[in-house]
Amino acid sequence: MISDQAKKEIDIWVAKYPTGRQSSAVMEALKIVQAENGGSLTNDLIKAVADYLDMPRINAQEVATFYENYNHKPVGKHVIRFCHNISCMLNGADDLISYLETKLGVKTGEARKDGLVSVKKVECLGACVGAPMCQIGDKYFENLTEQRIDEILDGLK
Amino acid sequence: MNKVCFKNINKDNPSSLATYEASGGYKVWRKILKGELSQGKILDELKTSGLRGRGGAGFPTGLKWSFMPRNQEGQKYVVCNSDEGEPGTCKDRDILRFNPHAVIEGMAIAGYVMKASVGYNYIRGEFMEPYYRFEEALNEAYGAGLLGEDINDSKITFNLYTHLGAGAYICGEETALLESIEGKKGQPRFKPPFPANVGLYGKPTTINNTESFASVPDILAKGGQWFADLGVPNSGGCKLFSVTGHVNNPANFEIPMGTPFSDLLEMAGGLREGRKLKAVIPGGSSTPVLPAKAALKMNMDYDSIDKAGSMLGAGSVIIMDDTTCMVKALTRLAHFYYDESCGQCTPCREGTGWIYRVLKRIMDGHGKNEDLDLLLSVQDKIIGNTICALGDAAAMPVESFIRHFRKEFEHYIKNGESMVAKDG
Ligand SMILES: Cc1cc2nc3c(=O)[nH]c(=O)nc-3n(C[C@H](O)[C@H](O)[C@H](O)COP(=O)(O)O)c2cc1C
Ligand code: FES
Repeated sequence: MISDQAKKEIDIWVAKYPTGRQSSAVMEALKIVQAENGGSLTNDLIKAVADYLDMPRINAQEVATFYENYNHKPVGKHVIRFCHNISCMLNGADDLISYLETKLGVKTGEARKDGLVSVKKVECLGACVGAPMCQIGDKYFENLTEQRIDEILDGLK
Repeated sequence: MNKVCFKNINKDNPSSLATYEASGGYKVWRKILKGELSQGKILDELKTSGLRGRGGAGFPTGLKWSFMPRNQEGQKYVVCNSDEGEPGTCKDRDILRFNPHAVIEGMAIAGYVMKASVGYNYIRGEFMEPYYRFEEALNEAYGAGLLGEDINDSKITFNLYTHLGAGAYICGEETALLESIEGKKGQPRFKPPFPANVGLYGKPTTINNTESFASVPDILAKGGQWFADLGVPNSGGCKLFSVTGHVNNPANFEIPMGTPFSDLLEMAGGLREGRKLKAVIPGGSSTPVLPAKAALKMNMDYDSIDKAGSMLGAGSVIIMDDTTCMVKALTRLAHFYYDESCGQCTPCREGTGWIYRVLKRIMDGHGKNEDLDLLLSVQDKIIGNTICALGDAAAMPVESFIRHFRKEFEHYIKNGESMVAKDG
């Protein structure tokens, strides 16, 4: 269920914690298998992570459902996480989110049919001086305008 | 400006070890490794400096460190809180990106003072660029022989690791953060026992904010008094303020404590043309909103903001001009707390949802006359009745928004639409 490569990556995290505390690595382990699975988790994957880390399955399940960064439904290849919290809202985030939805033909919270993108409204991403902003993959895109969004979307393959 | 955490921000390659060392970095740590600086002396300097926790609560850092049972046998931990999730706050991200070595040195010093040989820096999961920078800096520090086991035969051991979050504001609360490092849901613990006695993995632990740790090396290099004198009594030093919202030049500014708010507003480029200041949230979304008049009278220090009716918090100054619909602004914040409540305590779990739904109903044009009293009574029942301060954080904006802008709420309820021409 978990690839050798993923196990190697998980082991790097396990090594950071004291012996017997390998369940501390569960958050990263879930992210690693989620990435390998195209961006979302399944119950079987969560169980496999729990078994690999020798921790109660219910605890892994709790972590997987408590934190926002895990997806339990298939997502687009690129997930656009758009901040709609206060500083971004004051700088026009709502209009930009509507613009994005129209332009992509998708609603927030859903993946586009071709699987390329999904858009998610998220809370403050800690880059409020660059409002309005969004996150795609590991990257932040700040000081967004309609034009800037067009450019970013053109870059998504 | 830019005297401590941001002192290298305008240099080439600000995050590198070379830049950091060229500006005096790791001098204090090297002195410690040579056995030339005692724990007692460090605690004295910290107390003199007046440094107060930059994570929001403002607890004196020197005092916090002195609570650690440092002579107790067994493992102890130092934890850095880089979970930065309070709406309006984005300073720790820049410290991690542009001055990661100050965080490393500050944590190492803390490890020495508390006799803790292991540290974790908890970085929020979305901060991948800051995480890579911090990891790079860690590698540099290990490579230069500044971290590890029995460093330079000093008998001092300090190993530092990064832990990444996965999207939960509540993990910024220190005991939820510890739970999270342990691989659990981020639900805050009852206090007491405090982390200083029962912390990470049940061991004594000191938790500080990124900016607090990053301020420590310079305080010790230049002296507690030097730092204290940068600020005003009871608010030592300088502090990072994230100025966001309706200003021309939103940015982080490291300025002396006690700087007049109006000066800070000017540094941020002032308001946009033709706009007037309406309201200010001075310390992040969890601190009470202030009407322009009160804000313009305050200085950026703990006591002055307190006197104006709010709190310095994490120094996250959210500026709202006269185009802001206060009903919409509060509804957005209410949604945030509803989303982020961990669900452990009934008043917070139920109260945050209730507040959000009532506000949403007002915005949808179905508000009732009694809704404002209802909101006030719900928030009042949350305050003080929860394990952690998220409940208070959710409640305080409600009370202050309604108190200062009641007419706007009443108008929305009566007419089903905003009193302000353009919202947002
Ligand atoms: C809901 C909630 C969220 C918090 N978020 C953060 C945060 O993101 N960063 C932080 O440093 N402190 C945060 N705090 C405060 C911490 O609990 C703690 O007081 C702080 O990390 C201590 O460090 P300091 O003394 O250096 O400020 C939060 C508190 C609460 C109740
Ligand atoms: S409010 Fe959008 S990044 Fe903070």
